[in-house]
Amino acid sequence: MQIFPFVVVVWILGVGLYGVITSRNLVHQIICLIVVQSSTYVLLLGVGYLTGGAAPYFYDVPLQTRAVDPVVQALALTDVVVEAAVTALLLAFAIQAHKRFGTLDPHELASLRG
Amino acid sequence: MTPAARRWVFFAGIAGLAAFYLWGLSGLPGFGRYPGPYGFVINHLAVAQTNATGVVSAVNFEYRGFDTVGEEFILFAAVAGVAVVLRHLRGEREKPALDEAADRDVPATSEAVRVVALLFTGPVVLIGWWLASHAQANPSGGFQGGVVLATAFVLLYLSGEFLVFRRLSPVAVTDAVEAVGAGGFVGIGLAAVAMGLPYLKNYLPLGTVPGAVSSSGTIALISFFVGLEVAAAFVLVVSELLDQTLLIRRGGS
Amino acid sequence: MSALATASVHAPSAVLMDALQVTLLLLVAAAATAVVLIRVPVRQVLVLSVYGLLLALLFLVFQAPDVTLSELTVGSVLLPVVILLTLAKVRKQEE
Repeated sequence: MQIFPFVVVVWILGVGLYGVITSRNLVHQIICLIVVQSSTYVLLLGVGYLTGGAAPYFYDVPLQTRAVDPVVQALALTDVVVEAAVTALLLAFAIQAHKRFGTLDPHELASLRG
Repeated sequence: MTPAARRWVFFAGIAGLAAFYLWGLSGLPGFGRYPGPYGFVINHLAVAQTNATGVVSAVNFEYRGFDTVGEEFILFAAVAGVAVVLRHLRGEREKPALDEAADRDVPATSEAVRVVALLFTGPVVLIGWWLASHAQANPSGGFQGGVVLATAFVLLYLSGEFLVFRRLSPVAVTDAVEAVGAGGFVGIGLAAVAMGLPYLKNYLPLGTVPGAVSSSGTIALISFFVGLEVAAAFVLVVSELLDQTLLIRRGGS
Repeated sequence: MSALATASVHAPSAVLMDALQVTLLLLVAAAATAVVLIRVPVRQVLVLSVYGLLLALLFLVFQAPDVTLSELTVGSVLLPVVILLTLAKVRKQEE
């Protein structure tokens, strides 16, 4: 349990990268990119976790409660929403590529010129 | 390079990366042994300094407010990029005849989906609004509230009421709301500069009860503007994509 | 610095938390593998939605309810909707 979450992080990263590299469809590639991005969220939250700690919200618990790190949660929070918008931009590019070249296969796209 | 060779190169690379990564992990404190100090310092000080019991939102909009402006503008730029890329397409495809779809058989949305989607639209709007305006107390905040608000509009489309969706979110209004949201955040910071304080300093009264809706000064206000911006951004993205897919079908539905 | 925060709320037993976290981590790893191994994008989108839900549960067990809220809506609703609309547009362009 000492390093198991971090091993899962590098597993998700590796699996996602494998999908990106061996993909034959642009939309499939973009979805594998989403998986790669999600591994960083798990890493961020895993770094800030404190055993026996509560969520860092003190509305109804005393102020002296042990809580997990709020800074990495703030990072992961904005991360999730912003990367969804960037994924939408990537999908718009995929639509444009399909319109111009007629194919969503990255191998065929690489060999077309002009 | 053949696909098989590419695969082998990838495996070699990822094995090297994993080896380095695990070697580095062995020198760090394990999972659950967070050594601090920033987490402990902020948890100790945030409620006393900002009267906000939601420490993550306080970090997002006060201690780290400058970075959040940057991230919000990444969102803004990405959505502007989507609009630019797809509107260029729309200019070309507006011409194909609507009667190309005259004999297209569009299946009607099932009644179960319609009822559930329409039933939940109101509560979802309420929940999104509540989330966007209660950043200082609960695990809520502008980003979560904005996404939930955008989901309400998507529910409208999913229930088959595409025309209502179009009428409720015309592109001009959505653009304006998004600009107000993004500009509002920066405007609050600049108002602090106009008062002679540093950019984005918390200058509104902090309130007396920690965690109340009117407490924590600019945090609640900024979170509300961020909620507006995120909701408008995602509604814009979905409506641009819908324009692409349903341009021809509009005549037949 | 750890003297600043000493009291702990009625926390669940450490073994239970560990078991929950390990289970969810394994499920997330399995779901990520499933998302990548499915090659047809339309089916992949459904598995992506389930992956978003599992990820949200994992964040909840890591004591981060706000990230849970974000990931739940984004990963289970908004991203699949956007991807499906893209796929519909691409299929229409091919006709």
